Amino acid sequence: MSVREGNAWLYGDRIDTDLLAPGYAMKKGPAELARHTLEAVDPAFATSVQPGDMVVAGADFGIGSSREQAAISLKTLGVSAVIATSFARIFYRNAINIGLPAISFDPEGRISAGDRLRLDLAAGRLHNLTTSASFAVTPIPPHLMAMIEAGGLMAHLKQRFASTAATPPGSAS
Amino acid sequence: MPATLTEKILARASGRDAVSPGEMITVKVDLAMAHDSSGPRRWKARLEALGTGLWDPSRVVLVSDHYVPAVDAESAAILKLTREFARDYGVKNFYDMRGICHVMLAEHGHARPGLFIAGGDSHSTNAGAFGCYAAGFGATDMTAIVATGETWTVVPETVRVEISGALSQGVTAKDIMLALCRDLGMGNHFRAIEYGGEAVRALDMEQRTVLANMAAELGGETGIIEPDAVTLAHVRGHGGEVDEAALTLWRSDPDCTYAHTHHLDAGALEPQIAAPHSPANAAPVSVHAGIAIDQAYIGACVGAKLSDLHMAAAVLKGRTVSARTRLLVAPASAKVTEAAAKDGTLAILTEAGAVMLPSGCGACAGLGAGLLAEGEVCLSSTNRNFQGRMGHKDAQVYLGSPYAVAAGAVAGEITDPRPFLTANRKAA
Repeated sequence: MSVREGNAWLYGDRIDTDLLAPGYAMKKGPAELARHTLEAVDPAFATSVQPGDMVVAGADFGIGSSREQAAISLKTLGVSAVIATSFARIFYRNAINIGLPAISFDPEGRISAGDRLRLDLAAGRLHNLTTSASFAVTPIPPHLMAMIEAGGLMAHLKQRFASTAATPPGSAS
Repeated sequence: MPATLTEKILARASGRDAVSPGEMITVKVDLAMAHDSSGPRRWKARLEALGTGLWDPSRVVLVSDHYVPAVDAESAAILKLTREFARDYGVKNFYDMRGICHVMLAEHGHARPGLFIAGGDSHSTNAGAFGCYAAGFGATDMTAIVATGETWTVVPETVRVEISGALSQGVTAKDIMLALCRDLGMGNHFRAIEYGGEAVRALDMEQRTVLANMAAELGGETGIIEPDAVTLAHVRGHGGEVDEAALTLWRSDPDCTYAHTHHLDAGALEPQIAAPHSPANAAPVSVHAGIAIDQAYIGACVGAKLSDLHMAAAVLKGRTVSARTRLLVAPASAKVTEAAAKDGTLAILTEAGAVMLPSGCGACAGLGAGLLAEGEVCLSSTNRNFQGRMGHKDAQVYLGSPYAVAAGAVAGEITDPRPFLTANRKAA
């Protein structure tokens, strides 16, 4: 689904992976780990965020660890997209791989906490329904958008291995 | 066309003559590494769902270092799963509680010039000190890599960090990195960081890995150092094979294009301390001098190798840890512990009052022993001081070199380590 809508949860720069998925809870399962998402900066987030809501932040979002749970926890809680001035590379790849759109966009002066947002991925538009402002956002590259639409990297791999299995060994490909 | 070292490795790995920054490429992975937290426990169900195994078990390195030794049934189950996976999937390069994964690659000759190394940990950049492209990947990316032997990447621009001069006594590679985190920031995403210059060539391999390791704190995709005689000698001395041709093959061309070049004068650098909660909050030690510390921690891939323990011992010899502070030391590997026991370093540390902890990621990753209570202050030789990473969210973690941490342990507060070294030299 390329159109997502929800409320903005606004944070600052350098929301790191320890804030998103605290180390001490990393051995827990996804549902329990998700309950600790952002607790050090916003204890209300994990209990109050609604499906469709978007996390909006400043520079270097997801800096730190390679832990994919940083992205998985947001998705588990129903977050439909992350919008940030810039993303750490591993977080960006992780988010796309699990089908969580990560949009590079500077929210300064354009999005306030609690604003109602509508993100149209296909059109590359972000609408702030609260202020009636509309912005062009840098689109996700086509090969990554295809991966998100396919359901993430695992779905893509399943297709690849299914087609490999259908090819008899030794036959020309 | 002139190319950077990173571009040359990516060209080889993608089977092309040349690549340019911004190009999307598919590469063949030479070595895949993961640990007990990021590896088998996240791969197993996915590989089963795909109905496949590992593309080449001989190119996979597994390390148990995060949940070691087990502190409860949950961590024990993770370690058990990791062992069973290594056995069932035929992974011979399995280092079970022998030390931290990045140190294992260096200690066993796995990291070699020209390789493309994918690691299931953000500090996988560590291996770039050996002249390879080494980057961190999350668990789904790593699953794809160990299933297919391939991944995609966008060719990064390279930032050259040129470090001239010579470090003065008591100033280390760690101080270089804390200063760079401040000066270059943590936003160098999707960029390669290449370190060079006379101060880099003067470092041994352990200290060069500090530069590559903390490229992660700069936000860098990889940290890389052109190989020289020191690199080749280390690889060969640790069971790895490397051809002399690596010295000419794996270099940046003199007229290659860098995104920009950052110059640092090592001779002018003072010991640095990074304040909570970011490595970028670095400042000369005098700025933070006098801050009382509850815990001094020497540990992690970046800060507890043999040379790091030697630095701590140089400060602690003949001294004792302050009554208001505790000093915890978690050597980076079993080999480090063994060598430190043989050469007398461990005795100096323990006579000073240090408490020895198991080799592993431990408190640096918020696991194991040595976590902090609300309001406690720690001075640590690790690479990250993010809020809540080392225990309570309202604990305060400062970062420094092993010299600075040892000096802090003796003084009970943050202090300049250099006078301790001068005094010990006079006494000797």
